[in-house]
Amino acid sequence: MIGPIYVMWLRQIKRYTRSKSRMIGSFAQPILFLLAFGFGFGPIYQKAGGGDYIQFLAPGIIAMSTLFTAMFTGIEVIWDRRFGFLKETLVAPVPRIQIMIGRTLGGATVAFAHGILVAIIAMFVGFKITNPMNIPLALLFLFLIALLFTALGTAVASKLEDMQAFPLIMNFLIMPIFFLSGALFPLNGLPKAIEIFTKINPLTYGVNGLRATLTGGVQTGLMMNLGVMIVVTIVIGLIGSYMFSKIEI
Amino acid sequence: MPRKNLNKELAIKVENLSKKFGDFTAVDNISFQVKQGEMFAFLGPNGAGKTTTIKMLTTLLNQTKGLMRVYGHDPQTDKNLVRNNFGIVFQDQSLDDELTAYENMEFHAVLYHVEKEERKKRIESLLKFVSLWDRKNDLVKTFSGGMRRRLEIARGLIHRPKILFLDEPTIGLDPQTRIHMWEYIKKLNKEENMTVFFTTHYMEEAEKYADRLAIIDSGKIITQGFVNEIIKSTKTNSLEEAFLKLTGKSIRDESAKSIDRMRMGRKV
Ligand SMILES: Nc1ncnc2c1ncn2[C@@H]1O[C@H](COP(=O)(O)OP(=O)(O)OP(=O)(O)O)[C@@H](O)[C@H]1O
Ligand SMILES: [Mg+2]
Repeated sequence: MIGPIYVMWLRQIKRYTRSKSRMIGSFAQPILFLLAFGFGFGPIYQKAGGGDYIQFLAPGIIAMSTLFTAMFTGIEVIWDRRFGFLKETLVAPVPRIQIMIGRTLGGATVAFAHGILVAIIAMFVGFKITNPMNIPLALLFLFLIALLFTALGTAVASKLEDMQAFPLIMNFLIMPIFFLSGALFPLNGLPKAIEIFTKINPLTYGVNGLRATLTGGVQTGLMMNLGVMIVVTIVIGLIGSYMFSKIEI
Repeated sequence: MPRKNLNKELAIKVENLSKKFGDFTAVDNISFQVKQGEMFAFLGPNGAGKTTTIKMLTTLLNQTKGLMRVYGHDPQTDKNLVRNNFGIVFQDQSLDDELTAYENMEFHAVLYHVEKEERKKRIESLLKFVSLWDRKNDLVKTFSGGMRRRLEIARGLIHRPKILFLDEPTIGLDPQTRIHMWEYIKKLNKEENMTVFFTTHYMEEAEKYADRLAIIDSGKIITQGFVNEIIKSTKTNSLEEAFLKLTGKSIRDESAKSIDRMRMGRKV
């Protein structure tokens, strides 16, 4: 059982580390966001009494790059279907749930490592982790974000036949999840409809958790954030496994 | 007549099997059986329904109606049990471009539970067999169409399934390689008593290597039986003539040539 999960995991890692353009692209984006938003909104944020914007922004950008990498590796199922490799794994004498677990753990590992590297980059632009004691908990949040959204990407991609759907996923799923998670701006005083979306958006809890552990010491609601992340990850993981097991080619 | 002692066990049993895509019936109420140890050719013009049938038998596609059994298991409901029994070389490409030839082989061997020592031995001998041993550490995306095809066949032979499905295995290969491949497959069939279910558009391959065959056209099986019987009953001299007589001379969908090229194009 370990063998198949391990090779599927290893495959995701190898594909990622071999694709130089993908790696460069996926680091360029968070750096750009950190610089553009950090320097662009920093002064306004400070004037409005929010304090140091980089401290607020960096956990959001870390979550963002983990979200994007996780969704993209999950969505790779579409590519694998298109280029044929998917059927090779689907006919193997291995329960599909193991294939799914291996792929998802592989994607999550990549996204998780990616988030950590972005955190390190953020430190170069002035981000400070206030309480190092909380780092393990922050890593847990980061890993849950990675896992949840890789599973979500896999679930969505299991239902899609071709890459034409990609812009749809980008604009109607990934972007709203990112913008309405509190990654970029505080979620206060939003219109009711948008507020509801932020409440059902799992990334909101991930961002809250990351921000609390990295910059704010342990705050109230931390355990609630953690609980929500764990439960949603499990639920999405189960849905993803089910969808993946039903793929027809 | 059968040249070898065939087991009574049935490898494949298909009864009144149909597959619809929307309103279109791709496979139309077909029935056939393949015995353990047989080399069975499944022939037909482009778009006849061969690949669709193989996809249903190999758990990739659900049937619309009918009954299927692969070594007694139902591919629709007992997917894992069926998957334990077969190996497959797909018609279109199924390699991971971003992995090396060796990694493609190795990952496959792990997925198919081949033990580590055995794995190494078989991978080496098969890569040598398809003349890709010195390219083993190159990424597959740097391979030519024929090299990819050879690698796919080698990969399909790493484990020793009870039944091997080959969907146009020799497409895009030069004559030398084709003969080489078929002799190897024939040897496995004889020595390991492996059942082989294959499709091909090269009638001489079917004539030479199949024990029995079925011809499918527009989703329906129009004839099945031993190769020499079919040639005799159509009063022709070769399987190719018999095939043309049975399926007519009109070309399906697009010319076979351009479809061939399209397929190879995808691999290049
Ligand atoms: N996913 C699908 N959706 C709709 N139609 C399909 C699908 N897959 C196959 N078909 C149709 O079913 C018919 C049978 O296709 P199939 O691939 O089984 O043919 P084939 O006998 O393997 O042909 P070839 O020799 O060209 O490989 C074709 O008309 C094809 O267009
Ligand atoms: Mg076909």
